Amino acid sequence: MQTDLSDTIIALSTPPGIGAIGIIRLSGPKAIKLVDQVFFGRNLTKVEGNTVHYGKIKDENDRILDECMATVFRTPKSYTREDVVELSCHGSPYILNQVIQLLIRMGIRQAEPGEFTLRAFLNGQLDLSQAEAVADLIASDSSASHDLAMKQMRGGFSNEIQRLRQELIDFASLIELELDFAEEDVQFADRTKLKALVEKIQGVIRQLLSSFQLGNVLKQGVSTVIAGKPNAGKSTLLNAMLQEERAIVSDIAGTTRDTIEATLNIEGIQFRLIDTAGIRDARDKIEAFGVERTMEAIQASTIVLYVIDVIETSQQKLIEELKAFNIQNSKFIIVLNKMDLNPYTKPEDYYSEDWITSDNVITTSALNKMNIDYLKEQLFNLVISDKSLMDHTIVSNSRHYEALTRAAESLDAVDSGLKTGISSDFVAMDIRQALHYLGEITGEISTDDLLGNIFSKFCIGK
Amino acid sequence: MFPKYDVIVVGAGHAGCEAAIGAANMGSKVLLVTMNMQTIAQMSCNPAMGGVAKGQIIREVDALGGYSGIVTDWSMIQFRMLNKSKGPAMWSPRAQSDRMAFAMKWRSLLEHHSNIDFWQEMVKGIVVKNGQARGVRTGMGIEIESKSVILTNGTFLNGLIHIGEKHFGGGRAGEKAAEGITEQLQELGFESGRMKTGTPPRVDGRSLHWNRMELQPGDPQPTKFSFTDTPLLKDQIPCHITYTSKKVHEILKTGFHRSPMFNGRIRGQGPRYCPSIEDKIDRFADRDRHQLFVEPEGRDTCEIYVNGFSSSLPEEVQYKALRQIRGFEDAKMFRPGYAIEYDYFPPVQLFPNLETKLVRNLFFAGQINGTTGYEEAACQGLMAGINAHQKINDKAPFILKRSDAYIGVLIDDLINKGTDEPYRMFTSRAEYRILLRQDNADIRLTPLVTELGMNAMNIRMHRVIEKKAQIQKIRKYFSKTSITPDQVNGYLERLGSALISQKVKLKSILSRPHVDISGLRKAVPFIENELQQFVEEDVQSAEIYIKYEGYIQKEKDLVEKMNRLESVNIKDDFDFTSLGSLSAEAREKLNKIQPRTIGQASRISGVSPADISVLLVHMGR
Repeated sequence: MQTDLSDTIIALSTPPGIGAIGIIRLSGPKAIKLVDQVFFGRNLTKVEGNTVHYGKIKDENDRILDECMATVFRTPKSYTREDVVELSCHGSPYILNQVIQLLIRMGIRQAEPGEFTLRAFLNGQLDLSQAEAVADLIASDSSASHDLAMKQMRGGFSNEIQRLRQELIDFASLIELELDFAEEDVQFADRTKLKALVEKIQGVIRQLLSSFQLGNVLKQGVSTVIAGKPNAGKSTLLNAMLQEERAIVSDIAGTTRDTIEATLNIEGIQFRLIDTAGIRDARDKIEAFGVERTMEAIQASTIVLYVIDVIETSQQKLIEELKAFNIQNSKFIIVLNKMDLNPYTKPEDYYSEDWITSDNVITTSALNKMNIDYLKEQLFNLVISDKSLMDHTIVSNSRHYEALTRAAESLDAVDSGLKTGISSDFVAMDIRQALHYLGEITGEISTDDLLGNIFSKFCIGK
Repeated sequence: MFPKYDVIVVGAGHAGCEAAIGAANMGSKVLLVTMNMQTIAQMSCNPAMGGVAKGQIIREVDALGGYSGIVTDWSMIQFRMLNKSKGPAMWSPRAQSDRMAFAMKWRSLLEHHSNIDFWQEMVKGIVVKNGQARGVRTGMGIEIESKSVILTNGTFLNGLIHIGEKHFGGGRAGEKAAEGITEQLQELGFESGRMKTGTPPRVDGRSLHWNRMELQPGDPQPTKFSFTDTPLLKDQIPCHITYTSKKVHEILKTGFHRSPMFNGRIRGQGPRYCPSIEDKIDRFADRDRHQLFVEPEGRDTCEIYVNGFSSSLPEEVQYKALRQIRGFEDAKMFRPGYAIEYDYFPPVQLFPNLETKLVRNLFFAGQINGTTGYEEAACQGLMAGINAHQKINDKAPFILKRSDAYIGVLIDDLINKGTDEPYRMFTSRAEYRILLRQDNADIRLTPLVTELGMNAMNIRMHRVIEKKAQIQKIRKYFSKTSITPDQVNGYLERLGSALISQKVKLKSILSRPHVDISGLRKAVPFIENELQQFVEEDVQSAEIYIKYEGYIQKEKDLVEKMNRLESVNIKDDFDFTSLGSLSAEAREKLNKIQPRTIGQASRISGVSPADISVLLVHMGR
């Protein structure tokens, strides 16, 4: 239950993406004690509140994950009025996730949306009008979260988890049947099959967990190259998408001479955006080098955002460019930019047969940040609709990572229960836990499933 | 003619009797009104008490000062502890009772209570003034005044009995139905529904060939239901097991087109887990036989109950089919099975104290709430009796949590989820079944009613304190005492358990799977010497605590988490519609059910964890 105040919670409190620093915040009764166990520097359990300390974060294998500053706040003098630790780490999403996962493995729970603020309110720190806002945030955020999770996992795994969960429910029903209808001549659950099923589910969970820890997405994101002719507005587009000034922009064609990278998180999926030098015949050496880099980047990328200036580029020219740079072999989105300069441009004018269609043409004005959200949505859709991409982008949400970890623990208990031959009511208890955690991922949590299943499948009752 | 009563109980079945005794033992003046004084505490269906989950409930009723366990101990003719091969949470006592002895014992206990008066008549309506129950109106037009009313009408409200194409009004075979109450409650704004249940034929034991059936004896060492000094069963009467066959099914099928179940005459929803024999054949056509339990109705009667053969087919079809069953070739029937439809009131219309939301001081218990089973009825009756007393004395309602008792699970399910079919308890309905065991019902519950001030609980409480102390002593002995390899390795070897190479604590040996106290004490004399001073039950309880410590602790942790939400109260008459952040479904459900705590709200279907956070925010914690 997300409203459990006795848990210690954790979340990244700086925006996702690469930054100079990233701040991880923890709140709850065990915050200081648990951080101290992985923090090598001053003994944080002994330090005063409102103090900052330098140290290293090490994982279970003594590997240093990061050097960081830990700020300790002691109850009630903190935002939530609980014990709070803020870890200022280096701003790499990969490192930050590693640190968060380490602390989750130690028993800290991923915070729900708005939960720090909720706690602040529950502990008397905020007034009601602030709290109302929190309530709305919670309501809107979590209604979307399961859908989102399922969308992200559409690449085969969500179905798989759903199917395995159903199989586990069937088994749990058989076991409950033995327990509640012992008097009747009911069939018994085949322990060997149950063991095989548990192992199968463990296998899938392990795969999912490792995708989270090692997957390309978290390390690098989906590589997305922004390409196009000089001065098409590629850097402006990058900045609009990041909502910051990352690339240097000017109206002098060729301002970007090297590739620039930035990470963007769209609804839980990481994109590595690569801004490139414009593609044109190289006139000077530096630019020739830039063009070469661009070509390489396109070849190595997963998605190409091909940007054109609608005033400069006709449909015919566009097709020539795409062909010249082999872009038709990549997944791509055509961005018709600078619509503000020629609002009468129709995207239909650029369609060609079935490879340039309404599905992959988007009109924008990067300068005015017009249609940028729609572009992000399209990027997200492109990724989730592609199975080959999805295999790398499965578990990206820490909450799901946590649920999977807990499910695996419960299944371990089922497994060892079966090995020692402990009686089935205890096995059933661990199966229920596993079902609960798997349900947190698929969004189905109900114990009524079991009875319904029993009654529909078995002839029981005197 | 009548004094003003504190509590009037309408109906004297399992719920009514417990309601009367519960309120009376709390100190209320009670009038028990029944249509027929001769049928107090009838076992209308199966002459048995207990079973899986139900046995736990009777132990809980006993621990709370109810009498169902006591009456069963006095009247039982066979006892079995079911599920003995499973973990201790699953052990479930079940007894075959002498139907007549059961009813007589109940009546005599009620008659011996100075706080209970009786009146024989049909109740036609409830006197309601200012939205409050103030008494009842009888068939003869008498108004009897009271401060509260408990309705426990069982299957009698507009009861309609079906046998084949015949159907007639009745609350039970040979007894009139009750009319008037449903109609009045509907006028007051109550929602009502129809449910269906059934009972099998009764046959003449003298006409059965017992040697053609399997014998099902009672436990060699029977125990009992009550934690008080009730007698231990001596002479047990066995049950028998036989089976239907393809031939039996063929004959039954010839009557299907005349069955009220199949031709649509019965509209009420029947229980899926207690199907009629025709239902079993219809739904599970691939099975060519079904098990039947042949159970005696008493010590001094030849009447036999054919458990598993519930039916509403025409009587001659039932008869012909019965005679094809092995052992029943020459069977004579006493009466055919039948189906009965009756009114119930969806229990989401109740507060957790079983008081109706529409009429204050009016309580519902038993089948009127859509449940089935004596045990389910009895526990609701007891809770309604206690709560009626609490209410009229302006005392806090007595509510059991899901982690306290199966009774808590049952009432919480009823009032929050309602039920579409007759609700029966299963262990799988309980989240914390490792905690809700039959062996610790007294430890869990007796302190709670003692604190309420229930009459005569002090002596029981004394026993609980003693029991806890003894269990503690045994646990301490096992955790402090060491055992050497040569003392125990022989025993471990026989079990195929790993041998020890140096001294270890007894506790670590007992915690191993397959090791149990009874084997250990047999194998190791010094343990036997120590344990002799303790009673068997306490040793058993201590063993459970030691062996299953990890699991018990795990559940306790879950309970503690849940209870934090249980302790956050929601104001009475809180307007959920004003909370825009709630989902529409949650708003509607919450407004209908009016939960009293956040914990309760979290169990209503359609209320998401996000809704709960929103509620917490608005509770202004």
